[in-house]
Amino acid sequence: MKRLRAFGAFWYDFVVGDDWRVAVGVVVLLGLTALVADHSVPAWWLLPLGVTAILAGSLWRVVRLRR
Amino acid sequence: MSAALVVLASFLASTVEMVEALTIVLAVGVTRGWRSALTGVGAALAVLAAVIVVLGPALTLIPIDALRVVVGALLLIFGLQWLRKAILRAAGLKAIHDEDAIYAEEVREAREAGPEERAGIDWYAFTVAFKGVLLEGLEVVFIVVTFGSAQHAVGAAALGAAVAVVAVAGVGVVIHAPLSRVPENTLKFAVGVMLTSFGTFWGGEGVGVHWPGNEAALPFVIAFFAVVAVAFVWAARRFGPTVVPVEAVAA
Repeated sequence: MKRLRAFGAFWYDFVVGDDWRVAVGVVVLLGLTALVADHSVPAWWLLPLGVTAILAGSLWRVVRLRR
Repeated sequence: MSAALVVLASFLASTVEMVEALTIVLAVGVTRGWRSALTGVGAALAVLAAVIVVLGPALTLIPIDALRVVVGALLLIFGLQWLRKAILRAAGLKAIHDEDAIYAEEVREAREAGPEERAGIDWYAFTVAFKGVLLEGLEVVFIVVTFGSAQHAVGAAALGAAVAVVAVAGVGVVIHAPLSRVPENTLKFAVGVMLTSFGTFWGGEGVGVHWPGNEAALPFVIAFFAVVAVAFVWAARRFGPTVVPVEAVAA
């Protein structure tokens, strides 16, 4: 059980890393983009802007904690 | 164009990881003996090669759009991790990775560890070298397999990684010291930008986005994220907390 937990923790850390909100944000953003693209609306701009916002949020949390 | 970018991204990412692995292998090799350390390296490389050989072709069997959604999401999450850390380091908000300090720490631990021989090899040297190469190499394998499968270019991605492995190992053999002069954070910054850009591009294609100019849009996506990342470094330095001297970390 201990080894299984360590194995899971390793892969969580490997893929998700320090900030789980980034992973959740990416999944939500891709879902949102799929919805927009599905309605024949140009959606290419949504991902770069959304990813920038996710990165900004993650960095802001670190900066705020250090203040 | 994108095949060349795949080779470049794979080469840069592999260079960073191999520099880190080299520091560990050098420390145990110099301290505990080369035979056991190199046996550990060989075993780890065999495991990593097996993962590429099994996963690479298996992933190409998945429909390309579904694969690109998964690969895009994973690369985005992974790339944003790299980019976030590189930005924080460049802004002085996170400790810089210091290969000399890590080397000194690994040497100290290797000297303090007691002797343990199994199957005729020094078990400490074998396991430390094996784990070091395997863990650092897993990130390389992840990049090679995801890049390769999403772009049907496992060969190009593997070529970039192989060149980096040979180059870093070659330099390591010649100078016999950790490659502390390699600008690791600059490389990590570049890799973070590239992984994030490829993740955005492929993830977008997977969910039905039509990029203006198709593949020709990729360099513009890379340029966009490079500018964004540089701007975030500037903003973190300008508006972030007072920068304090950072210490080298051995992890």
